[in-house]
Amino acid sequence: MWFLCVFYHRLLDFRRPEVEALAELLLKTDSNQEGGGSHGSQFLVEWRLPENHHPDSPFHFVSLPSEDIARKIAQRSLLVKGIYELWGEGSCYEELERAIKEFPDERKLQYLAAGSTFRITVDSFGKVLSSQDQNERMARLVYIPFKGRVNLRKPDHKFWLMETDDYGSNNGLPPVVQKRIFFGREVGAADRKLLPTYELKSRTYLGPTAMDAEMAFLMANQALARPGKLVYDPFVGTGSILIAAAHFGAMTMGADIDIRVVRDGRGPDCNVWSNFKQYDLPAPLSILRADNNLPPWRSGLKEVFDAIICDPPYGVRAGGRKSGGRKLLKGAVAPYTVPEDKRRDHIPSTAPYSLAECIHDLLDLAARMLVRGGRLVFFYPVAREEGPTMIQFPEHPCLTTIATSEQILSLRYSRYLLTMIKTAHYTEELEELAREKHWEFKENHAKWLEDGGLHSAVFNPLGLMENLKVERDSKPKYRGKYV
Amino acid sequence: MRLLTHNMLSSNIKGVTNGFPLQLEVEKMVVKEVAFNGDFLKNIFPKIEWKALLDAAVAMGCGDLPENAEATMLDNEEFLRKFHHALLQLHLEEGALICPETGRRFPVSKGIPNMLLHEDEV
Repeated sequence: MWFLCVFYHRLLDFRRPEVEALAELLLKTDSNQEGGGSHGSQFLVEWRLPENHHPDSPFHFVSLPSEDIARKIAQRSLLVKGIYELWGEGSCYEELERAIKEFPDERKLQYLAAGSTFRITVDSFGKVLSSQDQNERMARLVYIPFKGRVNLRKPDHKFWLMETDDYGSNNGLPPVVQKRIFFGREVGAADRKLLPTYELKSRTYLGPTAMDAEMAFLMANQALARPGKLVYDPFVGTGSILIAAAHFGAMTMGADIDIRVVRDGRGPDCNVWSNFKQYDLPAPLSILRADNNLPPWRSGLKEVFDAIICDPPYGVRAGGRKSGGRKLLKGAVAPYTVPEDKRRDHIPSTAPYSLAECIHDLLDLAARMLVRGGRLVFFYPVAREEGPTMIQFPEHPCLTTIATSEQILSLRYSRYLLTMIKTAHYTEELEELAREKHWEFKENHAKWLEDGGLHSAVFNPLGLMENLKVERDSKPKYRGKYV
Repeated sequence: MRLLTHNMLSSNIKGVTNGFPLQLEVEKMVVKEVAFNGDFLKNIFPKIEWKALLDAAVAMGCGDLPENAEATMLDNEEFLRKFHHALLQLHLEEGALICPETGRRFPVSKGIPNMLLHEDEV
């Protein structure tokens, strides 16, 4: 079944993957079978664009298995403004009228029947229509035989008349070549009310890199978080990502190397646990202090997490740390031995954790600890002067990347949300390779740290601007922090 | 720290080959309610080392679990409830996890196990 899917003009790259993830989630839940055997649903979400529309347009056509699935997708999504049963479209109102009249009665009349209530909303993209303009447009719809009563507050059926046009300057919005008008019946719409509830400014305990609530929900959707599933965040911090997963009913677990954050917070009523309590969410099953570089999992433990979601420390706003001690790793001093009498309360020093090693460890963790069909969802930073064609995303033989969504953070760098599915078993050979790689990172610690020069790419004031000129024009003007 | 976590952790000190299961040193134990979810328990059951869970539950003062468990028992509601209680509701608030091979003490404070290694243990 084809539907008209209208998105909010936000986070453009994240929109289709969200719908696709939710379709998979709902189909899996509805069919109510298979623990983690096969991955991917048999049903494939298909997309089409309206005539002459650019992929960044808010208007898309999507093929979904049923109206029920479409409604549930819309209701759980953050970026779907609405999914509609399209009754007609056209490049002018005459064409729209012909299309609506041709739309079969058996699909129309039940929603127009006497005794039902309805509402029509007139909306436009790229321009605000005055209420007079809106009323004029509505008055033209007299050819639709509405028998029900109007109810603006709680109608049984909601109809939408939406138009988009090249309004001259177009306000920096995606190019619209031709006027297009759509009329349809709303099947479902996003509930963005949960965003003010969860917004960071009202959260008690925050860190410098707490994940924005909207993004955390998008990540939880990519991870297919739902009741009965176990979601793990190896860089849990203040828990901002797990909160979104817990909201969708998943069990959560987190680890962090910074014990002050996970154990103490800012006091008894301002810590990771209190953040969950604030929203009446079940607390994480477990929070532990552990190093992602040397994870404390027992050998033989495999395939326990249904999803791993995280925002790894990439050294721009917060740098990663790993155990081992800075001096020791640089080879500056002989191996340090903690005296026997000091062992009990010894606080080990930590060393900087290069991005390359951090990502390597993360993929290895996912390959080992995810169930088959489980998902790894994480942010990967990219210096923008590299140019879109040069980006080499991390890869792993056990993992298949299914979505890469860019969020531009500044002129200099952006981050990509990567969604990977575990598609192959973690073999002993892979485990051995990972062990060798671990030692390579350890022995060439200094070299790897220098390689990940993202911090200087972002903050270095001089010398980079010339290269950036090309890059600055390669993304359309309307692409910025929120789109 | 729940016993689910305990069941997943081992001592990963350099050179240690047998770091599992960690022994529990219980100073303070609390019961924290967790919503019951049968599907979750069925999914996690095959990953659990039963003997380690059994011993840990006893160390936490809960002797309800059967000596042995197998997948067929998951259809039994009473067994599921006991499993749920031991795995998810028993919570070590203060205490330690002891490496069975070296005796190294990993402290658990405010419910958070500190698994970080010293410089000479990595």
